[in-house]
Amino acid sequence: MKKILLFFLFVFPMIIFAQDLELKARDNPNDDGSAIKLNYKINLDVARLILERRGEHTEYNELAVLELESSGLIDGEEIEAGRSYYYRLTAYDLEGNILAQAETKATAQAQWFNTNKISLLVMSIILIAAIIYYILSARRGKELYIRKIAGLESMDESVGRATEMGRPILYIPGTLDIDDMQTIAGLTILGKLAQKAAEYDAELIVPVNKSMVLSTAKEVVKEAYLKAGRPDAYKADSVFYLTDDQFGYVAGVDGIIIREKPAANFFLGAFYAESLILAETGFSSGAIQTSGTAMPSQLPFFVVACDYTLIGEELFAASAYLSKDPQQLGSLKGQDLGKAIFVVLLIAGVIMEMTGIHFLKDLLTIH
Amino acid sequence: MKRKIPLIITFAVGTLLILSEFIPHKPFGRLSGELENWFLIISGFAIILGQLSLFKVNIIKIKRKTPNWQYFIITLVSFMIMVLIGIFWGTEKNPGIFGNGQIIVDTIGYKPFDYLFHNVYQHLQATMFSLLAFFIASAAYRAFIARTVESNLLLFAAILVMLGNTSLGSSLTGWLPHSLSFLHLPRISEFIMKYPNTAGQRAIMIGAGLGIIGSSLRIILGIERSYLGGK
Repeated sequence: MKKILLFFLFVFPMIIFAQDLELKARDNPNDDGSAIKLNYKINLDVARLILERRGEHTEYNELAVLELESSGLIDGEEIEAGRSYYYRLTAYDLEGNILAQAETKATAQAQWFNTNKISLLVMSIILIAAIIYYILSARRGKELYIRKIAGLESMDESVGRATEMGRPILYIPGTLDIDDMQTIAGLTILGKLAQKAAEYDAELIVPVNKSMVLSTAKEVVKEAYLKAGRPDAYKADSVFYLTDDQFGYVAGVDGIIIREKPAANFFLGAFYAESLILAETGFSSGAIQTSGTAMPSQLPFFVVACDYTLIGEELFAASAYLSKDPQQLGSLKGQDLGKAIFVVLLIAGVIMEMTGIHFLKDLLTIH
Repeated sequence: MKRKIPLIITFAVGTLLILSEFIPHKPFGRLSGELENWFLIISGFAIILGQLSLFKVNIIKIKRKTPNWQYFIITLVSFMIMVLIGIFWGTEKNPGIFGNGQIIVDTIGYKPFDYLFHNVYQHLQATMFSLLAFFIASAAYRAFIARTVESNLLLFAAILVMLGNTSLGSSLTGWLPHSLSFLHLPRISEFIMKYPNTAGQRAIMIGAGLGIIGSSLRIILGIERSYLGGK
Protein backbone atom coordinates (compact mmCIF):
# COMPACT_ATOMS: atom_id res chain seq x y z
CA MET A 1 0.00 0.00 0.00
CA LYS A 2 2.85 2.27 0.93
CA LYS A 3 4.54 1.59 -2.42
CA ILE A 4 1.34 2.36 -4.32
CA LEU A 5 0.97 5.60 -2.41
CA LEU A 6 4.58 6.53 -3.13
CA PHE A 7 4.02 5.73 -6.80
CA PHE A 8 1.00 8.02 -6.97
CA LEU A 9 2.70 10.75 -4.99
CA PHE A 10 6.05 10.95 -6.85
CA VAL A 11 6.47 8.74 -9.89
CA PHE A 12 3.02 9.14 -11.48
CA PRO A 13 3.10 12.96 -11.50
CA MET A 14 6.60 12.81 -12.96
CA ILE A 15 5.40 10.63 -15.82
CA ILE A 16 2.58 13.06 -16.55
CA PHE A 17 4.85 16.10 -16.28
CA ALA A 18 7.52 14.44 -18.41
CA GLN A 19 5.23 14.78 -21.38
CA ASP A 20 5.44 18.52 -20.86
CA LEU A 21 9.19 18.49 -21.22
CA GLU A 22 10.87 17.01 -24.26
CA LEU A 23 14.60 16.56 -24.76
CA LYS A 24 16.19 15.24 -27.92
CA ALA A 25 19.91 14.71 -28.46
CA ARG A 26 21.73 13.72 -31.61
CA ASP A 27 25.17 13.94 -33.07
CA ASN A 28 25.94 17.44 -34.35
CA PRO A 29 26.14 16.96 -38.11
CA ASN A 30 29.12 17.87 -40.31
CA ASP A 31 31.72 18.05 -37.59
CA ASP A 32 34.65 16.02 -36.28
CA GLY A 33 32.57 14.35 -33.59
CA SER A 34 33.27 17.02 -31.03
CA ALA A 35 29.68 18.17 -30.41
CA ILE A 36 26.18 16.94 -29.68
CA LYS A 37 23.09 18.85 -30.71
CA LEU A 38 20.30 19.14 -28.15
CA ASN A 39 16.75 20.29 -28.70
CA TYR A 40 14.23 20.85 -25.94
CA LYS A 41 10.58 21.81 -25.71
CA ILE A 42 8.75 23.04 -22.62
CA ASN A 43 4.99 23.09 -22.30
CA LEU A 44 5.10 24.19 -18.67
CA ASP A 45 5.45 27.39 -16.75
CA VAL A 46 8.96 26.87 -15.38
CA ALA A 47 11.45 29.13 -13.61
CA ARG A 48 14.70 27.31 -14.32
CA LEU A 49 15.95 24.63 -16.65
CA ILE A 50 19.05 22.70 -15.67
CA LEU A 51 20.86 20.45 -18.12
CA GLU A 52 23.08 17.68 -16.80
CA ARG A 53 25.39 15.29 -18.60
CA ARG A 54 27.11 12.02 -17.82
CA GLY A 55 29.25 9.51 -19.64
CA GLU A 56 28.71 5.72 -19.84
CA HIS A 57 29.73 4.95 -16.25
CA THR A 58 29.84 8.32 -14.54
CA GLU A 59 27.51 10.45 -12.43
CA TYR A 60 25.46 13.36 -13.75
CA ASN A 61 27.16 16.76 -13.63
CA GLU A 62 25.51 20.09 -14.26
CA LEU A 63 26.31 21.27 -17.77
CA ALA A 64 24.31 24.46 -18.22
CA VAL A 65 21.38 26.54 -17.08
CA LEU A 66 19.29 26.72 -20.23
CA GLU A 67 17.53 29.78 -21.54
CA LEU A 68 13.77 29.46 -21.40
CA GLU A 69 13.29 31.41 -24.63
CA SER A 70 15.65 29.17 -26.56
CA SER A 71 14.96 25.66 -27.81
CA GLY A 72 18.36 24.26 -28.63
CA LEU A 73 21.98 23.98 -27.58
CA ILE A 74 25.14 22.56 -29.06
CA ASP A 75 27.24 20.80 -26.45
CA GLY A 76 30.87 20.97 -27.48
CA GLU A 77 32.43 20.64 -24.05
CA GLU A 78 34.94 17.78 -23.94
CA ILE A 79 32.96 15.59 -26.29
CA GLU A 80 34.87 12.71 -27.84
CA ALA A 81 33.92 11.04 -31.11
CA GLY A 82 32.51 7.53 -30.77
CA ARG A 83 31.41 7.98 -27.13
CA SER A 84 27.85 7.99 -25.81
CA TYR A 85 26.59 10.75 -23.55
CA TYR A 86 23.46 10.85 -21.39
CA TYR A 87 21.60 14.11 -20.85
CA ARG A 88 19.05 14.95 -18.20
CA LEU A 89 16.93 18.08 -18.32
CA THR A 90 15.18 19.17 -15.15
CA ALA A 91 12.55 21.89 -14.93
CA TYR A 92 12.16 23.77 -11.63
CA ASP A 93 9.51 26.14 -10.36
CA LEU A 94 10.21 29.35 -8.44
CA GLU A 95 10.51 27.49 -5.13
CA GLY A 96 13.03 25.09 -6.56
CA ASN A 97 10.68 22.10 -6.79
CA ILE A 98 11.16 19.70 -9.65
CA LEU A 99 8.32 20.09 -12.12
CA ALA A 100 9.48 17.69 -14.76
CA GLN A 101 12.47 15.72 -15.94
CA ALA A 102 13.52 14.30 -19.29
CA GLU A 103 16.43 12.09 -20.19
CA THR A 104 18.05 11.10 -23.46
CA LYS A 105 21.23 9.68 -24.95
CA ALA A 106 23.36 10.41 -28.01
CA THR A 107 26.62 9.22 -29.52
CA ALA A 108 29.06 11.70 -31.04
CA GLN A 109 30.31 10.79 -34.48
CA ALA A 110 32.83 12.31 -36.85
CA GLN A 111 31.76 12.78 -40.47
CA TRP A 112 33.92 12.28 -43.52
CA PHE A 113 32.14 14.89 -45.60
CA ASN A 114 30.59 18.23 -44.71
CA THR A 115 27.27 18.17 -46.58
CA ASN A 116 26.80 21.91 -45.94
CA LYS A 117 29.61 22.58 -48.37
CA ILE A 118 28.28 20.64 -51.36
CA SER A 119 27.68 23.83 -53.35
CA LEU A 120 31.21 25.04 -52.54
CA LEU A 121 32.64 21.70 -53.64
CA VAL A 122 30.70 21.78 -56.92
CA MET A 123 31.78 25.35 -57.64
CA SER A 124 35.39 24.54 -56.74
CA ILE A 125 35.40 21.48 -59.00
CA ILE A 126 33.99 23.51 -61.91
CA LEU A 127 36.56 26.27 -61.40
CA ILE A 128 39.50 23.92 -60.93
CA ALA A 129 38.41 21.85 -63.95
CA ALA A 130 38.13 25.02 -66.07
CA ILE A 131 41.58 26.24 -65.03
CA ILE A 132 43.19 22.82 -65.58
CA TYR A 133 41.41 22.48 -68.97
CA TYR A 134 42.83 25.78 -70.19
CA ILE A 135 46.29 24.95 -68.82
CA LEU A 136 46.23 21.70 -70.79
CA SER A 137 44.89 23.51 -73.88
CA ALA A 138 47.77 25.98 -73.66
CA ARG A 139 50.20 23.09 -73.22
CA ARG A 140 48.86 21.60 -76.47
CA GLY A 141 49.72 24.86 -78.20
CA LYS A 142 46.33 26.60 -78.38
CA GLU A 143 46.62 30.37 -78.88
CA LEU A 144 45.17 32.31 -75.97
CA TYR A 145 44.30 35.98 -76.03
CA ILE A 146 45.03 37.87 -72.82
CA ARG A 147 44.13 41.56 -72.69
CA LYS A 148 46.92 44.05 -72.08
CA ILE A 149 47.44 45.22 -68.51
CA ALA A 150 48.83 48.76 -68.64
CA GLY A 151 50.44 48.59 -65.20
CA LEU A 152 52.54 45.59 -66.20
CA GLU A 153 53.33 46.86 -69.68
CA SER A 154 54.85 49.90 -68.00
CA MET A 155 57.37 47.88 -66.01
CA ASP A 156 60.04 48.27 -68.72
CA GLU A 157 59.35 51.99 -68.83
CA SER A 158 59.79 52.29 -65.06
CA VAL A 159 63.03 50.31 -64.98
CA GLY A 160 64.32 52.22 -68.02
CA ARG A 161 63.49 55.54 -66.37
CA ALA A 162 65.33 54.54 -63.20
CA THR A 163 68.37 53.49 -65.24
CA GLU A 164 68.42 56.72 -67.22
CA MET A 165 68.06 58.87 -64.12
CA GLY A 166 70.61 56.83 -62.17
CA ARG A 167 68.17 56.47 -59.30
CA PRO A 168 66.96 53.32 -57.56
CA ILE A 169 63.70 51.38 -57.88
CA LEU A 170 61.71 50.95 -54.67
CA TYR A 171 59.66 47.78 -54.29
CA ILE A 172 57.20 47.16 -51.43
CA PRO A 173 55.67 43.63 -51.37
CA GLY A 174 52.79 44.67 -49.08
CA THR A 175 52.62 44.69 -45.32
CA LEU A 176 51.26 41.20 -44.61
CA ASP A 177 53.23 38.03 -44.00
CA ILE A 178 54.12 35.27 -46.44
CA ASP A 179 50.91 33.34 -45.60
CA ASP A 180 48.90 35.93 -47.52
CA MET A 181 48.38 35.24 -51.22
CA GLN A 182 48.83 38.93 -52.07
CA THR A 183 52.32 38.88 -50.58
CA ILE A 184 53.18 35.80 -52.64
CA ALA A 185 51.83 37.54 -55.75
CA GLY A 186 53.93 40.60 -54.85
CA LEU A 187 57.04 38.46 -54.47
CA THR A 188 56.53 36.69 -57.80
CA ILE A 189 56.32 40.08 -59.53
CA LEU A 190 59.43 41.15 -57.61
CA GLY A 191 61.29 38.25 -59.26
CA LYS A 192 60.41 39.51 -62.74
CA LEU A 193 61.20 43.11 -61.83
CA ALA A 194 64.52 42.20 -60.22
CA GLN A 195 65.51 40.35 -63.41
CA LYS A 196 64.75 43.44 -65.48
CA ALA A 197 66.60 45.63 -63.00
CA ALA A 198 69.61 43.31 -63.26
CA GLU A 199 69.49 43.46 -67.08
CA TYR A 200 69.27 47.26 -67.09
CA ASP A 201 71.78 47.55 -64.22
CA ALA A 202 69.34 49.55 -62.11
CA GLU A 203 69.54 49.63 -58.32
CA LEU A 204 66.73 47.89 -56.46
CA ILE A 205 65.63 48.66 -52.88
CA VAL A 206 63.27 46.23 -51.15
CA PRO A 207 62.44 47.16 -47.55
CA VAL A 208 60.17 44.55 -45.93
CA ASN A 209 58.26 44.43 -42.66
CA LYS A 210 58.12 40.70 -42.00
CA SER A 211 61.09 38.43 -41.37
CA MET A 212 59.63 35.55 -43.37
CA VAL A 213 59.09 37.88 -46.32
CA LEU A 214 62.70 39.02 -45.94
CA SER A 215 64.09 35.49 -46.41
CA THR A 216 61.84 34.80 -49.41
CA ALA A 217 62.42 38.19 -51.05
CA LYS A 218 66.19 37.80 -50.70
CA GLU A 219 66.07 34.41 -52.38
CA VAL A 220 63.76 35.66 -55.14
CA VAL A 221 65.99 38.68 -55.94
CA LYS A 222 69.20 36.63 -55.79
CA GLU A 223 67.79 34.03 -58.21
CA ALA A 224 66.56 36.80 -60.52
CA TYR A 225 70.05 38.29 -60.74
CA LEU A 226 71.50 34.84 -61.39
CA LYS A 227 68.93 34.25 -64.11
CA ALA A 228 69.76 37.58 -65.71
CA GLY A 229 73.41 36.50 -65.80
CA ARG A 230 74.42 39.27 -63.40
CA PRO A 231 75.15 37.54 -60.07
CA ASP A 232 77.95 40.06 -59.47
CA ALA A 233 75.44 42.94 -59.52
CA TYR A 234 73.34 41.42 -56.73
CA LYS A 235 73.63 43.28 -53.44
CA ALA A 236 72.54 41.25 -50.43
CA ASP A 237 71.64 44.44 -48.58
CA SER A 238 69.22 45.61 -51.24
CA VAL A 239 66.54 43.52 -49.51
CA PHE A 240 66.34 44.45 -45.85
CA TYR A 241 64.05 44.39 -42.84
CA LEU A 242 62.71 47.59 -41.28
CA THR A 243 60.14 46.76 -38.62
CA ASP A 244 56.98 44.71 -38.10
CA ASP A 245 55.13 47.79 -36.89
CA GLN A 246 52.73 49.23 -39.47
CA PHE A 247 53.45 52.93 -39.02
CA GLY A 248 57.07 52.42 -38.07
CA TYR A 249 57.43 50.72 -41.44
CA VAL A 250 55.65 53.59 -43.18
CA ALA A 251 57.98 56.08 -41.50
CA GLY A 252 60.99 54.04 -42.63
CA VAL A 253 59.81 53.73 -46.24
CA ASP A 254 58.82 57.41 -46.41
CA GLY A 255 62.31 58.26 -45.18
CA ILE A 256 63.82 56.14 -47.96
CA ILE A 257 61.59 57.84 -50.55
CA ILE A 258 62.59 61.30 -49.34
CA ARG A 259 66.33 60.53 -49.01
CA GLU A 260 66.95 58.20 -51.95
CA LYS A 261 64.37 59.73 -54.31
CA PRO A 262 63.63 56.52 -56.26
CA ALA A 263 62.73 56.98 -59.91
CA ALA A 264 60.10 54.23 -59.76
CA ASN A 265 58.02 52.94 -56.88
CA PHE A 266 56.17 49.62 -56.84
CA PHE A 267 53.57 48.90 -54.17
CA LEU A 268 52.33 45.40 -54.92
CA GLY A 269 50.74 43.28 -52.20
CA ALA A 270 48.38 43.68 -49.26
CA PHE A 271 48.06 47.17 -47.81
CA TYR A 272 45.97 48.82 -45.14
CA ALA A 273 45.96 52.46 -43.91
CA GLU A 274 49.58 52.89 -44.97
CA SER A 275 48.69 52.74 -48.69
CA LEU A 276 47.93 56.43 -49.14
CA ILE A 277 50.79 57.64 -46.94
CA LEU A 278 53.26 55.63 -49.03
CA ALA A 279 51.69 56.48 -52.39
CA GLU A 280 51.32 60.21 -51.67
CA THR A 281 54.91 60.49 -50.45
CA GLY A 282 55.99 58.70 -53.62
CA PHE A 283 53.85 61.04 -55.70
CA SER A 284 55.39 64.11 -54.08
CA SER A 285 58.88 62.78 -54.87
CA GLY A 286 57.95 62.66 -58.58
CA ALA A 287 58.49 58.91 -59.00
CA ILE A 288 56.61 56.84 -61.57
CA GLN A 289 54.37 54.66 -59.42
CA THR A 290 52.77 51.25 -59.99
CA SER A 291 50.54 49.77 -57.35
CA GLY A 292 48.35 46.72 -56.96
CA THR A 293 46.29 45.21 -54.21
CA ALA A 294 43.21 43.11 -53.64
CA MET A 295 42.10 45.28 -50.71
CA PRO A 296 39.01 47.04 -52.11
CA SER A 297 39.13 49.80 -49.50
CA GLN A 298 42.71 50.77 -50.42
CA LEU A 299 42.30 50.74 -54.19
CA PRO A 300 40.83 54.27 -54.49
CA PHE A 301 43.90 55.67 -52.73
CA PHE A 302 46.26 53.90 -55.10
CA VAL A 303 44.21 54.89 -58.16
CA VAL A 304 44.47 58.55 -57.15
CA ALA A 305 48.14 58.62 -56.19
CA CYS A 306 49.74 56.15 -58.61
CA ASP A 307 50.29 56.18 -62.35
CA TYR A 308 49.24 52.56 -62.80
CA THR A 309 47.12 50.38 -60.54
CA LEU A 310 46.55 46.65 -60.70
CA ILE A 311 43.03 46.07 -59.44
CA GLY A 312 42.31 42.90 -57.49
CA GLU A 313 42.71 39.94 -59.81
CA GLU A 314 45.26 41.78 -62.00
CA LEU A 315 47.72 41.53 -59.12
CA PHE A 316 47.39 37.73 -59.13
CA ALA A 317 47.49 37.61 -62.93
CA ALA A 318 50.68 39.69 -63.07
CA SER A 319 53.11 36.85 -62.60
CA ALA A 320 51.49 34.72 -65.33
CA TYR A 321 51.19 37.76 -67.59
CA LEU A 322 54.84 38.71 -67.23
CA SER A 323 56.14 35.16 -67.60
CA LYS A 324 54.38 34.77 -71.01
CA ASP A 325 54.39 31.07 -70.18
CA PRO A 326 51.42 29.50 -72.06
CA GLN A 327 50.58 27.22 -69.12
CA GLN A 328 50.32 30.13 -66.73
CA LEU A 329 48.36 32.19 -69.24
CA GLY A 330 46.00 29.22 -69.62
CA SER A 331 45.13 29.43 -65.94
CA LEU A 332 44.07 33.05 -66.49
CA LYS A 333 41.62 31.90 -69.17
CA GLY A 334 40.23 29.39 -66.69
CA GLN A 335 39.66 32.23 -64.23
CA ASP A 336 37.79 34.14 -66.94
CA LEU A 337 35.47 31.18 -67.43
CA GLY A 338 34.89 31.17 -63.67
CA LYS A 339 34.00 34.84 -63.90
CA ALA A 340 31.51 34.13 -66.69
CA ILE A 341 29.89 31.44 -64.52
CA PHE A 342 29.62 33.90 -61.64
CA VAL A 343 28.01 36.52 -63.89
CA VAL A 344 25.40 34.01 -65.11
CA LEU A 345 24.71 32.84 -61.56
CA LEU A 346 24.41 36.41 -60.28
CA ILE A 347 21.94 37.40 -63.00
CA ALA A 348 19.94 34.20 -62.53
CA GLY A 349 20.00 34.69 -58.75
CA VAL A 350 18.76 38.28 -58.97
CA ILE A 351 15.93 37.31 -61.36
CA MET A 352 14.91 34.30 -59.22
CA GLU A 353 14.95 36.31 -55.99
CA MET A 354 12.86 39.06 -57.60
CA THR A 355 10.31 36.47 -58.70
CA GLY A 356 10.20 34.92 -55.22
CA ILE A 357 12.08 31.72 -56.08
CA HIS A 358 14.77 31.11 -53.47
CA PHE A 359 16.10 27.82 -54.83
CA LEU A 360 19.43 29.18 -56.12
CA LYS A 361 20.10 31.23 -53.00
CA ASP A 362 19.39 28.24 -50.77
CA LEU A 363 21.53 25.99 -52.96
CA LEU A 364 24.56 28.27 -52.89
CA THR A 365 24.36 29.40 -49.27
CA ILE A 366 27.07 27.86 -47.11
CA HIS A 367 25.70 27.26 -43.62
CA MET B 1 66.29 17.83 -56.13
CA LYS B 2 66.67 21.22 -54.45
CA ARG B 3 63.60 22.36 -56.41
CA LYS B 4 61.67 19.08 -56.43
CA ILE B 5 61.33 18.60 -52.67
CA PRO B 6 59.69 22.01 -52.03
CA LEU B 7 57.40 21.40 -55.01
CA ILE B 8 56.33 18.00 -53.66
CA ILE B 9 55.72 19.48 -50.20
CA THR B 10 53.70 22.35 -51.72
CA PHE B 11 51.59 19.95 -53.78
CA ALA B 12 50.93 17.59 -50.87
CA VAL B 13 50.13 20.31 -48.33
CA GLY B 14 48.06 22.35 -50.80
CA THR B 15 45.97 19.34 -51.83
CA LEU B 16 45.50 18.25 -48.22
CA LEU B 17 44.33 21.71 -47.20
CA ILE B 18 41.80 21.87 -50.03
CA LEU B 19 40.47 18.44 -49.02
CA SER B 20 40.39 19.38 -45.34
CA GLU B 21 37.92 22.15 -46.15
CA PHE B 22 35.35 19.46 -46.94
CA ILE B 23 36.37 16.73 -44.47
CA PRO B 24 35.57 17.50 -40.83
CA HIS B 25 36.88 14.09 -39.62
CA LYS B 26 40.14 14.04 -37.69
CA PRO B 27 42.91 14.82 -38.57
CA PHE B 28 41.70 16.78 -41.63
CA GLY B 29 39.33 19.13 -39.78
CA ARG B 30 42.06 20.62 -37.63
CA LEU B 31 44.83 20.54 -40.21
CA SER B 32 44.47 24.18 -41.20
CA GLY B 33 44.64 25.38 -37.57
CA GLU B 34 47.63 23.13 -36.86
CA LEU B 35 49.54 24.45 -39.86
CA GLU B 36 48.78 28.00 -38.79
CA ASN B 37 50.40 27.16 -35.44
CA TRP B 38 53.44 25.82 -37.27
CA PHE B 39 53.61 29.05 -39.23
CA LEU B 40 53.53 31.09 -36.02
CA ILE B 41 56.37 29.03 -34.55
CA ILE B 42 58.51 29.41 -37.67
CA SER B 43 57.81 33.15 -37.93
CA GLY B 44 58.75 33.52 -34.25
CA PHE B 45 62.20 32.14 -35.00
CA ALA B 46 62.42 34.16 -38.21
CA ILE B 47 62.20 37.41 -36.22
CA ILE B 48 65.88 36.94 -35.36
CA LEU B 49 66.69 37.05 -39.09
CA GLY B 50 64.89 40.37 -39.36
CA GLN B 51 66.74 41.84 -36.41
CA LEU B 52 70.08 40.67 -37.76
CA SER B 53 69.24 42.27 -41.11
CA LEU B 54 68.30 45.53 -39.36
CA PHE B 55 71.61 45.58 -37.52
CA LYS B 56 73.73 44.63 -40.50
CA VAL B 57 72.21 47.19 -42.88
CA ASN B 58 72.39 50.03 -40.35
CA ILE B 59 75.94 49.25 -39.19
CA ILE B 60 77.14 49.16 -42.81
CA LYS B 61 75.57 52.57 -43.42
CA ILE B 62 77.17 54.01 -40.29
CA LYS B 63 80.57 52.54 -41.18
CA ARG B 64 80.43 53.92 -44.72
CA LYS B 65 79.18 57.26 -43.41
CA THR B 66 76.45 57.39 -46.06
CA PRO B 67 74.44 60.63 -46.14
CA ASN B 68 72.33 61.11 -42.98
CA TRP B 69 74.24 58.29 -41.25
CA GLN B 70 73.41 59.81 -37.84
CA TYR B 71 69.79 58.65 -38.23
CA PHE B 72 70.92 55.03 -38.39
CA ILE B 73 72.63 55.42 -35.02
CA ILE B 74 69.34 56.64 -33.58
CA THR B 75 67.59 53.55 -34.99
CA LEU B 76 70.08 51.17 -33.42
CA VAL B 77 70.22 52.99 -30.09
CA SER B 78 66.39 53.09 -29.86
CA PHE B 79 66.24 49.40 -30.72
CA MET B 80 68.84 48.49 -28.09
CA ILE B 81 67.19 50.62 -25.39
CA MET B 82 63.79 48.96 -25.90
CA VAL B 83 65.28 45.46 -26.01
CA LEU B 84 67.49 45.94 -22.95
CA ILE B 85 64.95 47.59 -20.66
CA GLY B 86 62.47 44.93 -21.72
CA ILE B 87 64.96 42.23 -20.71
CA PHE B 88 65.99 43.97 -17.47
CA TRP B 89 62.63 45.01 -16.01
CA GLY B 90 60.13 43.21 -18.22
CA THR B 91 56.89 44.47 -19.65
CA GLU B 92 53.45 45.21 -18.13
CA LYS B 93 52.70 41.68 -16.95
CA ASN B 94 56.04 39.92 -17.25
CA PRO B 95 58.97 40.53 -14.89
CA GLY B 96 62.47 40.98 -16.30
CA ILE B 97 65.78 39.56 -15.06
CA PHE B 98 65.99 42.39 -12.46
CA GLY B 99 62.38 41.83 -11.40
CA ASN B 100 59.70 44.48 -11.82
CA GLY B 101 61.86 47.54 -11.09
CA GLN B 102 59.53 48.66 -8.30
CA ILE B 103 61.60 51.78 -7.48
CA ILE B 104 61.34 52.94 -11.08
CA VAL B 105 57.62 52.10 -11.17
CA ASP B 106 57.09 54.19 -8.00
CA THR B 107 58.98 57.12 -9.56
CA ILE B 108 57.62 57.25 -13.11
CA GLY B 109 54.39 55.30 -12.71
CA TYR B 110 55.21 52.62 -15.25
CA LYS B 111 57.84 50.00 -15.91
CA PRO B 112 60.54 51.61 -18.12
CA PHE B 113 59.46 49.60 -21.19
CA ASP B 114 55.80 50.53 -20.75
CA TYR B 115 56.73 54.15 -20.03
CA LEU B 116 58.53 54.45 -23.36
CA PHE B 117 55.78 52.51 -25.09
CA HIS B 118 53.02 54.83 -23.84
CA ASN B 119 54.93 58.10 -23.97
CA VAL B 120 57.12 57.74 -27.04
CA TYR B 121 56.14 54.86 -29.27
CA GLN B 122 52.38 55.43 -29.25
CA HIS B 123 52.77 59.12 -30.00
CA LEU B 124 55.11 58.45 -32.88
CA GLN B 125 52.63 55.95 -34.24
CA ALA B 126 49.73 58.40 -33.87
CA THR B 127 51.79 61.08 -35.64
CA MET B 128 52.33 58.85 -38.66
CA PHE B 129 48.68 57.85 -38.71
CA SER B 130 47.47 61.43 -38.54
CA LEU B 131 49.47 62.26 -41.66
CA LEU B 132 46.78 60.30 -43.44
CA ALA B 133 44.26 63.12 -42.95
CA PHE B 134 46.45 65.57 -44.89
CA PHE B 135 47.25 63.03 -47.57
CA ILE B 136 43.54 62.26 -48.03
CA ALA B 137 42.88 65.97 -48.56
CA SER B 138 45.61 66.34 -51.20
CA ALA B 139 44.65 63.08 -52.93
CA ALA B 140 40.94 63.96 -52.90
CA TYR B 141 41.71 67.36 -54.42
CA ARG B 142 43.50 65.71 -57.34
CA ALA B 143 40.85 63.02 -57.76
CA PHE B 144 37.99 65.50 -57.84
CA ILE B 145 39.41 67.80 -60.50
CA ALA B 146 36.79 67.72 -63.28
CA ARG B 147 38.62 66.66 -66.44
CA THR B 148 36.76 63.75 -68.00
CA VAL B 149 33.24 62.37 -67.85
CA GLU B 150 34.40 59.75 -65.32
CA SER B 151 36.06 62.29 -63.03
CA ASN B 152 32.93 64.46 -63.26
CA LEU B 153 30.81 61.51 -62.20
CA LEU B 154 33.21 60.80 -59.34
CA LEU B 155 33.12 64.43 -58.25
CA PHE B 156 29.31 64.50 -58.38
CA ALA B 157 28.96 61.24 -56.42
CA ALA B 158 31.55 62.40 -53.86
CA ILE B 159 29.73 65.72 -53.31
CA LEU B 160 26.45 63.86 -52.77
CA VAL B 161 28.02 61.38 -50.32
CA MET B 162 29.89 64.07 -48.39
CA LEU B 163 26.88 66.39 -48.19
CA GLY B 164 24.64 63.49 -47.21
CA ASN B 165 26.87 62.78 -44.23
CA THR B 166 26.72 66.32 -42.87
CA SER B 167 23.98 68.26 -41.11
CA LEU B 168 24.16 70.82 -43.93
CA GLY B 169 23.15 68.19 -46.48
CA SER B 170 20.32 67.08 -44.27
CA SER B 171 19.00 70.62 -43.84
CA LEU B 172 19.37 71.44 -47.57
CA THR B 173 16.79 68.84 -48.59
CA GLY B 174 14.92 68.52 -45.29
CA TRP B 175 12.00 70.57 -46.66
CA LEU B 176 11.21 68.04 -49.42
CA PRO B 177 7.69 66.54 -49.18
CA HIS B 178 7.34 62.89 -48.17
CA SER B 179 6.64 61.81 -51.77
CA LEU B 180 10.08 63.16 -52.78
CA SER B 181 11.95 61.89 -49.74
CA PHE B 182 14.06 59.61 -51.95
CA LEU B 183 15.82 62.81 -53.07
CA HIS B 184 16.78 63.67 -49.50
CA LEU B 185 20.59 63.94 -49.52
CA PRO B 186 21.28 61.52 -46.63
CA ARG B 187 19.14 58.94 -48.42
CA ILE B 188 20.96 59.47 -51.71
CA SER B 189 24.27 59.17 -49.87
CA GLU B 190 23.12 55.97 -48.19
CA PHE B 191 21.94 54.59 -51.55
CA ILE B 192 25.29 55.31 -53.24
CA MET B 193 27.23 53.66 -50.42
CA LYS B 194 24.90 50.70 -50.05
CA TYR B 195 24.35 49.73 -53.69
CA PRO B 196 26.77 51.00 -56.38
CA ASN B 197 29.70 51.16 -53.94
CA THR B 198 29.07 47.74 -52.40
CA ALA B 199 28.46 46.22 -55.85
CA GLY B 200 31.78 47.59 -57.10
CA GLN B 201 33.65 46.32 -54.03
CA ARG B 202 32.08 42.88 -54.34
CA ALA B 203 33.00 42.68 -58.02
CA ILE B 204 36.62 43.38 -57.06
CA MET B 205 36.43 40.79 -54.28
CA ILE B 206 34.98 38.11 -56.58
CA GLY B 207 37.73 38.84 -59.12
CA ALA B 208 40.37 38.73 -56.39
CA GLY B 209 38.91 35.47 -55.05
CA LEU B 210 39.14 33.89 -58.49
CA GLY B 211 42.65 35.26 -58.82
CA ILE B 212 43.63 33.64 -55.51
CA ILE B 213 42.18 30.29 -56.67
CA GLY B 214 44.07 30.56 -59.98
CA SER B 215 47.35 31.55 -58.31
CA SER B 216 46.99 28.82 -55.66
CA LEU B 217 46.41 26.20 -58.33
CA ARG B 218 49.43 27.37 -60.32
CA ILE B 219 51.55 27.09 -57.18
CA ILE B 220 50.08 23.73 -56.05
CA LEU B 221 50.54 22.23 -59.53
CA GLY B 222 54.10 23.57 -59.70
CA ILE B 223 53.45 25.73 -62.77
CA GLU B 224 54.26 28.93 -60.90
CA ARG B 225 57.65 28.61 -59.20
CA SER B 226 58.95 32.15 -58.99
CA TYR B 227 58.19 32.26 -55.24
CA LEU B 228 60.96 29.67 -54.90
CA GLY B 229 63.29 32.06 -56.63
CA GLY B 230 63.37 30.26 -59.99
CA LYS B 231 61.28 30.04 -63.14
